[in-house]
Amino acid sequence: MSAAEKGWKDVPMGGLILEAGNAKEYETGDWRTHKPVWDEDKCSHCMICWVFCPDSAILVKDGKMQGIDYKHCKGCGICAHECPRKCIEMVLDTGKDGEAGASE
Amino acid sequence: MSRRVAITGNEAIAEAMRQINPDVVAAYPITPATEIVQMFANSVSDGKVDTEFVTVESEHSAMSAAIGASAAGARAMTATSSQGLALMWEMLYIAAGLKLPIVAPIVNRALSAPINIHCDHSDTMGARDSGWIQIYSEDAQEAYDNLIQAIRIAEHPDVLLPAMVTMDGFIVSHGMSNAEFLDDDVVRGFIKEYEPKHYLLDVENPITVGALDFSDWYFEHRRQVADAHTRVKDVVLQVAEEFKGISGREYKLFDGYKLDDAEYAIVIVNSAAGTAKTVVDELRAKGLKAGLLKIRLFRPFPQEEIVEALSGKKAIAVLDRADTLSLMGGPLYIDLRAAMYDSPGPRVKMVNYIYGLGGRDINMEQIAGVYNDLVEIVKTGEIKRSVTYLGVRE
Ligand code: SF4
Ligand code: SF4
Repeated sequence: MSAAEKGWKDVPMGGLILEAGNAKEYETGDWRTHKPVWDEDKCSHCMICWVFCPDSAILVKDGKMQGIDYKHCKGCGICAHECPRKCIEMVLDTGKDGEAGASE
Repeated sequence: MSRRVAITGNEAIAEAMRQINPDVVAAYPITPATEIVQMFANSVSDGKVDTEFVTVESEHSAMSAAIGASAAGARAMTATSSQGLALMWEMLYIAAGLKLPIVAPIVNRALSAPINIHCDHSDTMGARDSGWIQIYSEDAQEAYDNLIQAIRIAEHPDVLLPAMVTMDGFIVSHGMSNAEFLDDDVVRGFIKEYEPKHYLLDVENPITVGALDFSDWYFEHRRQVADAHTRVKDVVLQVAEEFKGISGREYKLFDGYKLDDAEYAIVIVNSAAGTAKTVVDELRAKGLKAGLLKIRLFRPFPQEEIVEALSGKKAIAVLDRADTLSLMGGPLYIDLRAAMYDSPGPRVKMVNYIYGLGGRDINMEQIAGVYNDLVEIVKTGEIKRSVTYLGVRE
């Protein structure tokens, strides 16, 4: 986690969260073992993946799919399962830079 | 002016609660604590307090409502006994983990089965690891005084932990005794307004309470609870000092009775301490150096101070009104033995007596017998039995 270097003296008592709306700062993407890889060329922008993604990790702009928010995608594979054009593939996320399937 | 009254323990607690005038009380009736809330409910309907009184469908809900109220920023209280405390169990840990300074008088009563409504300490002793501060009271006066002090202790910014104040079911809760009540304005001046730092009703500064806390932070937050407990002792003593100023009554972490020069000591909590003190007086008149240590603050456990007070005694008997069923004795005994492991000098001989389960009376002859056993142990150097069930029919 981003604040893992902090100790018990540095964090709000009792697990309180003192800022509102900070869930987006909690990067749940590192829970993932497999990551969805999107093939833009096959995509019809039907938005079915956007509807089904339980983590709001499908990035959309002006009615068009833009890609996947890997900081928050937990790798459940629902998008790949639901996509009618089979343009999302789940691949092992090794987390290593430069490899296919790296986190960022 | 303070008032001197003849009063039961429950009446004393209900009076303290009226004077405290909490923002929220959520409670469910259970013998022998029922009267506390019943009498407090009268104060609510008579308009003597401003409390939001929540009649819930169970003790689990009572503690849940108190937690919600406390998280919202209220001074919240409840009261219960026995099965009621047992039903609050999971919520007790939540109150402590969220660091909510809820204060609850608990009237000690045995746990089923078999079903029993009378006094022993199984209920609160079972909650000793829940993270709550535990303060034990010998009589109605102590229960009244301890409850008022518990508000200040729990809400102290260095502490912020829930606190339970216990007294013995029926023996104290329903027994009439002499006590002195403080004036309402003196109590209110002493407890002051509760000013929480972070609370849900602070709409300018929205917070989340009770969020999911996995392996990345749970450990740190539980560590904070332990840390808060390290500061309780000092706060208890500070608050006691201030309380002495308004009441003239002195409180410490524990009470030594003819303990300083004692060779044989009994360690005990709550009402049986009164009976034991009379036995100490009788034995002293016969020339035996008997003494007694009555624990007031049991959680956190004031190890250093207790070890200091008991070091150098020839033999110690710990009297427990609860069993742990670990076969190593009652909860007080186990803690005392662990604490005394670090005592300087030769190891003090210690034995345990489990007494009074389910309200079984303990009498002066039995307590005198315990001191006799200690004398015998020192004379022979031999402990025949480390745990004795005292007063059970063989
Ligand atoms: S894998 Fe799951 S979490 Fe990730 S984008 Fe697809 S549906 Fe959303
Ligand atoms: S479901 Fe498939 S085709 Fe539809 S928008 Fe998502 S990726 Fe594109």
